[in-house]
Amino acid sequence: MSLIKSSLARKYVMALSGLFLVTFLILHVTINLASVFSPDFFNEASHFMGYNPIVQFLMQPILIAGVIIHFVMGFVLEIQNKKARDVSYVKYKGSANAPWVSRNMIYSGLVILAFLALHFYDFWVHEMAYKYVEANPEDPTRYYHETVEKFEPIWRTVLYVVSFVLLGLHLWHGFASSFQSMGANNKYTEGFKKFAKIFAVVVPLAFAFIAIYHHLNPITH
Amino acid sequence: MKLYLKIWRQKDASAPGKIVDYTLDGVEGDMSFLEMLDILNEDLISKGEEPVEFDHDCREGICGTCSLQINGEPHGPDRLVTTCQLHMRKFNDGDTIVIEPFRAKAFPVIKDLIVDRSAFDRIQQAGGYISVNTSGNTIDANTIPINKYDADEAMDAATCIGCGACVAACKNASAMLFTSAKVSQFALLPQGQVEATERVQNMVRQMDLEGFGNCTNTGACEVECPKGISLTNIARMNREYLAATCKG
Amino acid sequence: MGILDSKIPSGPLANKWTKHKNDINLVNPANKRNIDIIVVGTGLAGGAAAATLAELGYNVKTFCYQDSPRRAHSIAAQGGINAAKNYQGDGDSNYRLFYDTIKGGDYRSREGNVYRLAEVSGNIIDQCVAQGVPFAREYGGMLDNRSFGGVLVSRTFYAKGQTGQQLLLGAYAAMNRQINRGKIQAFNRHEMMDLVLVDGKARGIIARDLVSGEIERHSAHAVVLATGGYGNVFFLSTNAMGSNVMAAWRAHRKGAFFANPCFTQIHPTCIPVSGDHQSKLTLMSESLRNDGRIWVPKKKEDAIAIREGKLKPTELSEEDRDYYLERRYPAFGNLVPRDVASRAAKERCDAGFGVNKTGEAVFLDFASAIERYGKEKALTSGLKNPDKATITKLGEEVVEAKYGNLFQMYEKIVDQNPYKTPMMIYPAVHYTMGGLWVDYNLQTTIPGCYSAGEANFSDHGANRLGASALMQGLADGYFVLPYTIGDYLSDDIRTGAIPTDTKEFEEAEQQVRDRMEKLTSGSGIHSVDYYHKKLGKIMWNKCGMARNEKELKEAIEEISALRKDFWENVKVPGSIDSKNQELEKAGRVADFLELGELFAKDALHRNESCGGHFREEYQTEEGEALRDDKNFKYVAAWEYKGEPKDAALHKEDLVYENIELKTRSYK
Repeated sequence: MSLIKSSLARKYVMALSGLFLVTFLILHVTINLASVFSPDFFNEASHFMGYNPIVQFLMQPILIAGVIIHFVMGFVLEIQNKKARDVSYVKYKGSANAPWVSRNMIYSGLVILAFLALHFYDFWVHEMAYKYVEANPEDPTRYYHETVEKFEPIWRTVLYVVSFVLLGLHLWHGFASSFQSMGANNKYTEGFKKFAKIFAVVVPLAFAFIAIYHHLNPITH
Repeated sequence: MKLYLKIWRQKDASAPGKIVDYTLDGVEGDMSFLEMLDILNEDLISKGEEPVEFDHDCREGICGTCSLQINGEPHGPDRLVTTCQLHMRKFNDGDTIVIEPFRAKAFPVIKDLIVDRSAFDRIQQAGGYISVNTSGNTIDANTIPINKYDADEAMDAATCIGCGACVAACKNASAMLFTSAKVSQFALLPQGQVEATERVQNMVRQMDLEGFGNCTNTGACEVECPKGISLTNIARMNREYLAATCKG
Repeated sequence: MGILDSKIPSGPLANKWTKHKNDINLVNPANKRNIDIIVVGTGLAGGAAAATLAELGYNVKTFCYQDSPRRAHSIAAQGGINAAKNYQGDGDSNYRLFYDTIKGGDYRSREGNVYRLAEVSGNIIDQCVAQGVPFAREYGGMLDNRSFGGVLVSRTFYAKGQTGQQLLLGAYAAMNRQINRGKIQAFNRHEMMDLVLVDGKARGIIARDLVSGEIERHSAHAVVLATGGYGNVFFLSTNAMGSNVMAAWRAHRKGAFFANPCFTQIHPTCIPVSGDHQSKLTLMSESLRNDGRIWVPKKKEDAIAIREGKLKPTELSEEDRDYYLERRYPAFGNLVPRDVASRAAKERCDAGFGVNKTGEAVFLDFASAIERYGKEKALTSGLKNPDKATITKLGEEVVEAKYGNLFQMYEKIVDQNPYKTPMMIYPAVHYTMGGLWVDYNLQTTIPGCYSAGEANFSDHGANRLGASALMQGLADGYFVLPYTIGDYLSDDIRTGAIPTDTKEFEEAEQQVRDRMEKLTSGSGIHSVDYYHKKLGKIMWNKCGMARNEKELKEAIEEISALRKDFWENVKVPGSIDSKNQELEKAGRVADFLELGELFAKDALHRNESCGGHFREEYQTEEGEALRDDKNFKYVAAWEYKGEPKDAALHKEDLVYENIELKTRSYK
């Protein structure tokens, strides 16, 4: 824990937890895309994720811990950073020297946090209730239609898409920045950073596409 | 040209401060920003008022004494210059200019526009040196060849003038660019290797103790640095610190 | 010998320093812990001395008016530092460096001191590299050298155009290490207000905390003054705004002799004054004269047209230009020493050929360098028959690589593109060779009061060569003073801490308070700057690049009258017991008003022209300096006697045993 006392160590924690969440996003977006192209594969993959004990009892807690650490550390840093300037400027022209996204990570982060609450309510809480509270039997075919039904109401689709835009902004600064925080500085760094920027656009775009696609193509009963 | 100045006035460290409005006529484009303030002060003195105090010394952009947050940016709107090199031709007749001290908890205001930057000295004292005694028999300067690329990069890091613009520009008032410039300079030179582990740990510890904020990689410091110190120095310090921490 | 004993050791020149080090007394390490030393000024000399003394074990207190030792004006030195390393294998040696320095100083410095300077110059480079100073290197990893004016070898080490900065940060780092060890106590934003003498020995200082306004007493067994030069007596100079003579002048008033005050270096390549609002002048490195050609129009009407903006300098044909340095000094051309180049510029401008609004500027033109480099570059890049635009573009790239930062600085200040139109330059006050008189041990005429760096008079004679100021500051601080001061302090091992509650400290403090009260109780008509500017005008017009008896006499009268006016009518707002920049300035200007008069008196008495001191009555038919070795081969050391006009002259005869005195010629 003494490591966390240093400002640099806190940045490592921020960067590493962020990078971990990025890898999770890759998995998530891949499975979700299947819901557009192959509902059967989507069902299979979702069922595996939902019932595999390693995923459920090892990976899932780690993921949740990763989310919590990233958020808590984000808040800790934000509070410290606010304290570091106890008297604020009468005029502060942040736009002159730094992009908006980099200066407002806390806000994009908060939106994503709020989204996560909704997202958990939509899917995770539902899953937990289905599996453990109501103790329903396993049904490997339910996932596709449950997902598509979620995107029937326009309000949810809009909320999701807006959140994905904020996620994109958060990633735009955060992903590339994590290399800097970890001290990466060699001939590959520029390439990594470019990849991170592309990632920050493509992945949220894919999520948004999925949400809109399902909204426009409801399951007709 | 005629200018409308809004200047932070504060009697001493404990007194409350406020923005005071001044109108100044007869400003010429050839004047430096500080010469414009000189004229304001002459004017104030002749009226029997106390002049605006601000830090300045060499007035050629190298000593790092001058500071000032001008219209929301350290050293004003021009790039790669200090306030003393900023010229009034960058402004227009009728402009309103807000002039404030650099703001950071670690840079308390002493008076008016003067802040106390001794936190920077203490960071350097914590390890910004190579422990070598002065004697006539240190090894010959050419005994250890140093790769030109490394030497040049060390020089680029070493050009930091310690003005504090990085802290002033940073939304978190972080001193990472300043601290990393010194860590980098020595990390790039063979002479700096012996104490590398302790140096980066001690300097970062002191930086944290002084109450500077954390780095969130916005890059504002690099843009506002009058000497163009690069963000790669921060990456290098992050790496040095990680290595030092792993070494224990 | 008399009152001024230079204490130069006997024996052959090359052995003097070694012999001296072997002969002087040392203080054992255990006793050093009981000895306190005050170092005022934390530039190259003061910072280096403080760090080294602390390493040795003395308890050091440093004082500087800046907010950090790192801001001392040594930081502004651009070009480089000389050292007789002979890394280039071009035949350099300690003797050659010694010889060049004596000759460059127009035979007005001590052989013994200058040889020692050359001798330790190599150690400075070793020490700085060990400290992590990032000097420029060649591709093979070895240190690179430049050449500078007035010498025939490449011995200048450099760190881009910021050599002074890097060396100062090296000394600052060495200080920081000792501060961290508790061996140095750094009093920043503190100004020395007076020197305290106990039984005729320097035993402490009165300092003012510039933040709280508090007056403090600090005692020590010895006091080192490394407070830089007094170029700001001219108001406009390349010195920092805060550079001042207060510490040295206070010591002078307490008995330290002031030597050769009139020896001032006027640097030829500075950015000209743009108007009355100007607060300081900016230097353009001497290295620019390697590639820039200096000229003014041949015809007066062209000069007038350029001044009025009706004619562009680039429109003037080659035949209509007067490359006056190349014309007058074909052998050295644009690379004549600083004093010669400055005077030549003044001569042309006085004759009506100046090229800016005020008629006080000449051109420094890079067009032919750009063309020459462009052609070379085109050739090496394999371009056949390149057009003019390509050559210019390539040439500009080469020039940018060499001088980019200077060109950028020029453009920011003047708002003209020096790649497209010639730079305008004019001489400006830059360095003062004069200063507190010191002996070989760097001790002033007050026992226990030492002086190092630009603050003393010792090594540069009547003119300093480029890249030698950094060398001298660090030589004094790292390698000379820490040894020589031990000789004096060896008597003090049983003295114990010096108490500050004695009548000597009390009196000194009271005098400081009285003086400040007096400053703040003027009738309040004019600001401090008003007087400083007036003094500067007198100095520049009558004690500047060319001096004559009549004007020097006028200057003495005028400065004396101005000083009287100042004390009666200066307006210093604010109180003495809080932060007060006007009060700080007032104290400094008050001392400049005394020094200025002594300066003029010294210039008046020296009936010869040598180095930076040019008396119009003493010149050859061609307008070159006429030195008088028969009557003036001495150091003029002035003793304070109340008023500057009453100062008593003491002469230290300069003995040349190893060098033959010659007339400097650059034709």
